[in-house]
Amino acid sequence: MALELHPLEQFVIKPIVPLHIGKLDISFTNSALLMTIAVLLATAVVVIGTRREELVPSRIQSLGELAYEFIGNMIDETVGTDGQRYFPFVFTLFMFILFGNVLGLIPFGYTFTGQLIVTFAMAAVVFVGVTLIGIWRHGWRFLSFFVPHGVPIVLLLLLVPIELLSYLIRPFTLSIRLFANMLAGHTMLAIFGGFAASIGILGLLPLGLDVLIFFLELLVAVLQAYVFTILTCLYLNDAINLH
Amino acid sequence: MDEREARASLKDLGERLAKARGEHAPKLAMRGAAPTSSALAFGLRIGLELVVAVVVSVAIGWAIDGWLGTKPLAMVVMFFLGVAAGMWNVYRAVAGMGSKVGARGGIAGAAGDDEDED
Repeated sequence: MALELHPLEQFVIKPIVPLHIGKLDISFTNSALLMTIAVLLATAVVVIGTRREELVPSRIQSLGELAYEFIGNMIDETVGTDGQRYFPFVFTLFMFILFGNVLGLIPFGYTFTGQLIVTFAMAAVVFVGVTLIGIWRHGWRFLSFFVPHGVPIVLLLLLVPIELLSYLIRPFTLSIRLFANMLAGHTMLAIFGGFAASIGILGLLPLGLDVLIFFLELLVAVLQAYVFTILTCLYLNDAINLH
Repeated sequence: MDEREARASLKDLGERLAKARGEHAPKLAMRGAAPTSSALAFGLRIGLELVVAVVVSVAIGWAIDGWLGTKPLAMVVMFFLGVAAGMWNVYRAVAGMGSKVGARGGIAGAAGDDEDED
């Protein structure tokens, strides 16, 4: 039986407006389009939501307020009030990932968070930024982060490399987690969708399953945005409140 | 409802809210804001930690071997270090010690559930 299944085709980057500067390809792609939409929508929620502040908020205002307070509380709980100066960055990150994940669930759309390079770029910014904040705040004392307390010197020879390694791994776990979740979820949706289309009346079964998976993916989309953000906060906490 | 009445009712609501919050505060702080989704998020995070640690360390070891021509010494050493770092990360996350060995007390206590996650 010839099943026409191309579950990974949805992740192909297609140029919409081809642009080339010398050998550099800076075409406006479907991925870039969705990023632009995500940024515009996230901005719209915050700007329109705060334009008319009402005691009884409209839907869009409560959405903006909910997200704002959610991130504000998250920073307060994990980093402390000291971390509030990084609120704009954390909030932007959260909204961008959240909108990217959820927009990707719209059929025929595109999930840019399902691209490893996108999530890795974000994780690298977080990693480098947090490290710089740590060095800026503590200077050389930041290196004591890699030295556990109350350990014999002989053991330090082993423990410091392990600590260093577990620190260096952070951007990888951070990015792969988001990327893999998005990739796996959307691939699964596409595979079951392909089944539904190709086996006739029995296809109702995978179709029903697809609907259920869709809701699971909605949960995962929000959850992964949350996980990415809270880990950013925890890393920030390490840099600001050096033990 | 005229304005004064509305304000009085709002004030009343505020007082009741503050009272209810006071009653539930310790319990809420202990369990965190969203216990179910937190637990799920936690579970999703943990699985990846070990695998990525090993893969990344072996890759680093492989690169070191390439530079220094010490094949396969650095890769083997880094493999074991990676396993150790991965397990260490998972252990720390599960034990709720914060993301750093020395991190304890103050913030870890106040943050409750959230701090447990790394």
